[in-house]
Amino acid sequence: MAAITEPQLGPHLEEPAGWRRTKNRIATILMVLSFVLVIIPLGFVLYTVIAKGISIISWQFLTGPIPPQVAPASEGGIGPAILGTIEITAVAALMAVPLGVLGAIYLNEYGGKGVLARLIGFFSDVMTGVPSIVMGLFLFSIWVLHFGFSGFAGALALACLMLPVVIRSTDEMLKLVPNPLREGSYALGATKARVTMTVVLPTAIGGIVSGALLAVARAAGETAPLLFTILTVTAANPNIFSGANTAIPSQIFANATSPYVGAQGRAWGAALTLIVIAFVLMIAARIVTARFTRFSR
Amino acid sequence: MSTVTQQAGPAVPAGPARPLSERRPLGDRTFQIIALASGLLVLVILILIAFSTTQQASSWFTTEGWGIFGKVWNPAANQFGALSFIYGTAITAAIALILAVPVSVGVALLLTEVVPYRLARPIVYVIDLLAVVPSVVWGLWGILVFAPWIAHIYSDIGSAVTGVPVLGALFGPPTGGASFFTAGIILAFMITPIVTSLSREVIATVTAIDKEGAYALGATRLEMITGAIWPHSKGGITGAVLLGLGRAMGETIAAALVIGSSATITSHLFAPGYNMPSVIANQFGEASGEFRAALIGLGVLLFVFTIIINIIARAIVGRSAEQGTA
Repeated sequence: MAAITEPQLGPHLEEPAGWRRTKNRIATILMVLSFVLVIIPLGFVLYTVIAKGISIISWQFLTGPIPPQVAPASEGGIGPAILGTIEITAVAALMAVPLGVLGAIYLNEYGGKGVLARLIGFFSDVMTGVPSIVMGLFLFSIWVLHFGFSGFAGALALACLMLPVVIRSTDEMLKLVPNPLREGSYALGATKARVTMTVVLPTAIGGIVSGALLAVARAAGETAPLLFTILTVTAANPNIFSGANTAIPSQIFANATSPYVGAQGRAWGAALTLIVIAFVLMIAARIVTARFTRFSR
Repeated sequence: MSTVTQQAGPAVPAGPARPLSERRPLGDRTFQIIALASGLLVLVILILIAFSTTQQASSWFTTEGWGIFGKVWNPAANQFGALSFIYGTAITAAIALILAVPVSVGVALLLTEVVPYRLARPIVYVIDLLAVVPSVVWGLWGILVFAPWIAHIYSDIGSAVTGVPVLGALFGPPTGGASFFTAGIILAFMITPIVTSLSREVIATVTAIDKEGAYALGATRLEMITGAIWPHSKGGITGAVLLGLGRAMGETIAAALVIGSSATITSHLFAPGYNMPSVIANQFGEASGEFRAALIGLGVLLFVFTIIINIIARAIVGRSAEQGTA
């Protein structure tokens, strides 16, 4: 790869002169500039969130009750929202990850190049493009209208968002498992289910877990699917199956448009908490990949 | 079923065997059925989304007819025309694409053709970080930090171009920090990671022979890119751009916070407006009856638009990826 990208490694030919060289230089500069344009907003956002959030965060902030919006930033916290996010995201992951892995097993181990498997694979890709707010409206229509607002409805919406992501990342990992491993097991007389569970899945487990963690990291930051399913309240609700609930992103959304400085301060603190959660999950995914990857591209 | 028996074929010892399907223990077949059911869940959910949301929105579709594309959105007077939101969605998505696509393709080319692998990895991490920042955090930063800051620039530009024919209509007053353009910029930040990573995958499928051939003819890197990479990957990059478009259209919370919340159709890009997802997010809480049906109906339109775009995009990306490996 490196040899291709660095033409100067070859025999030293005369550099193209004049305008051609200038154009080439300009193109290279523009490419570097585009990367700079990407880092600036990222750096700006991270800096602001850390600078404004770090002074708010304390043990009391992470565990305290959600105060009225008029309260100063030093009062209260986002305890109920953290509880809600953990409950809702965990239940969503418990539903989406096993189903997604099983779906990917169908695509890769059973479906092969069949029409049905290709159809499911194609529509998993398409489903990743369904806007998250549509998932919220969907769960509102089929769940909330019949059973009322609850954390579980939010978890279902997040699970619908995670499912195609998990299917796709797991499918990629299963494709990397070398066929001779499967064939060796078949030769010993194992059934397909047994081969999948005892040979294929353990081989790919690092990548599968890492993909699932990234899907969870994304889901934990989603607000739109929760708006119409959990209905952002301020009281803690440990019962995920009944009654309105709250979550960190919903709380940030509620506080972001507030005219009160205290509420805005708590929004920055909550934003920092949310980003830290997402980053921890992302780093965990990288560690899992590094430790458990046996086969890679 | 037949494909399964064929695949497992080599594992069967030669001999007077019964058909494999009869031999497979119950557990094995059950497992296959569970896996198939999980896969089918994707199709079931997509159909359920279309069905249940359309059902909830049916009163809007039936009472308004083609009036759903009307100009006036006034819930108090029971007028629910969605044109201003469709317009806002198109404008913000267009701004986002115009800003994000050149940058994303530039970064993708930088990663694949310019920097060595050990430098490309950290750059990919940085792009991934951009993807992990939640929508609501972009919105919070957008409304409290970015919009107030850029409002000054807007008003400077606005007063400078007043009276100039086309520019005045696009960038003139009224201006505001929360506007179509601010939403477009924030959406551009948010779709950059996906457009970059998909473009990179497409560009990476260009064979070394093509690239070396261009260099061997004495091409500069730019000439290699335009002569060898571009003809090969323009289809795939189009697909990546369409996927970015789908994201930009559906991205809700960040847009809801920075777009300014005003159901207007105007050529002024620095004026406050609304797009489809943000009006749903902001007004759903107080809606009931016909109003709620109209908002869910907006969701149905959004679903239809994004599904069509995604189907086209995935078809293009899939085809160009197959060409690359073939």
